[in-house]
Amino acid sequence: MRVEVRVYPRQDVLDPQGKAIAAALARLGHRAVKDVRAGKVFFLDVEGSDPSAVEKDARRMAEELLANTVIEGYDVRVLS
Amino acid sequence: MKFGIVVFPGSNCDADCFHIAKDLLGCEAEYVWHKDTELKGADAVILPGGFAYGDYLRAGALARFSPVMDIVARFAKAGGPVLGICNGFQVLLEAGLLPGAVRVNRGLRYVCRDVFLRVENGETPFTRLYEPGAVIRMPIGHMEGNYTAPPDTLVELEREHRVTFRYCDAAGGVTEAANPNGAAGNIAGIANREGNVVGLMPHPDRCSEGILGNDVGRKMFESAVAALASR
Repeated sequence: MRVEVRVYPRQDVLDPQGKAIAAALARLGHRAVKDVRAGKVFFLDVEGSDPSAVEKDARRMAEELLANTVIEGYDVRVLS
Repeated sequence: MKFGIVVFPGSNCDADCFHIAKDLLGCEAEYVWHKDTELKGADAVILPGGFAYGDYLRAGALARFSPVMDIVARFAKAGGPVLGICNGFQVLLEAGLLPGAVRVNRGLRYVCRDVFLRVENGETPFTRLYEPGAVIRMPIGHMEGNYTAPPDTLVELEREHRVTFRYCDAAGGVTEAANPNGAAGNIAGIANREGNVVGLMPHPDRCSEGILGNDVGRKMFESAVAALASR
């Protein structure tokens, strides 16, 4: 199954990269942009057929490695 | 007295630490490869700077799964002195041997220059030869040194005097302007609760002999020798 794990800076953690991107967008004339948070996305190809079990596994992977939960949040979506 | 210097793929300050231990301090020193499963009789362990595993995913994130980290954790738990320098500090944070995390520098740039540090805790096995309150000069070179931790952890670090070094100006003033990376509380280095595990972003290994124009960092290594001698 295909699983998508999104990892991003937590709301209460300053994201200097997102701030710089927001400033660059503003310079390009995209004045409607109020805030940007920059994260990363992992596409996992996982063996299994039970979406809820696969999702549970992916959450563990996020907790153990993909995200540093001191500074990052994550969410998991089973795509297919 | 023997220093064990852990070598991850991508470590690049390991030879500096080895040279200090062996040639400058006259101690025994041995490299410990990241796949090794014993510390070769080391009395103190150093995780050197560099880019372990290319800093893939996050700085230090993959190194913590090296076989050697299990024994480093066991050694630390038994009270053995462990020092993490720069990338080594990041590995200790990812491994949970020290609390908190580092983010990309506030200025989004790699910062490579000398900074001033105020010695906040002169009681750890790596800082005991420094006068508390002393202002020392040390080089930094990092992209992710912007230390942070949950608010209650930051309070705890302060209450338990576990901040070892703080970025400051030449007069010892802890100011925003003297903070090179945005680290919370100008924190440059911390210790665990027991004090035997110390990590810092600055590079004592790059200022440990006169030929480099500064040898103030050498006291960190000499502190370990003194600490072990007094045990």
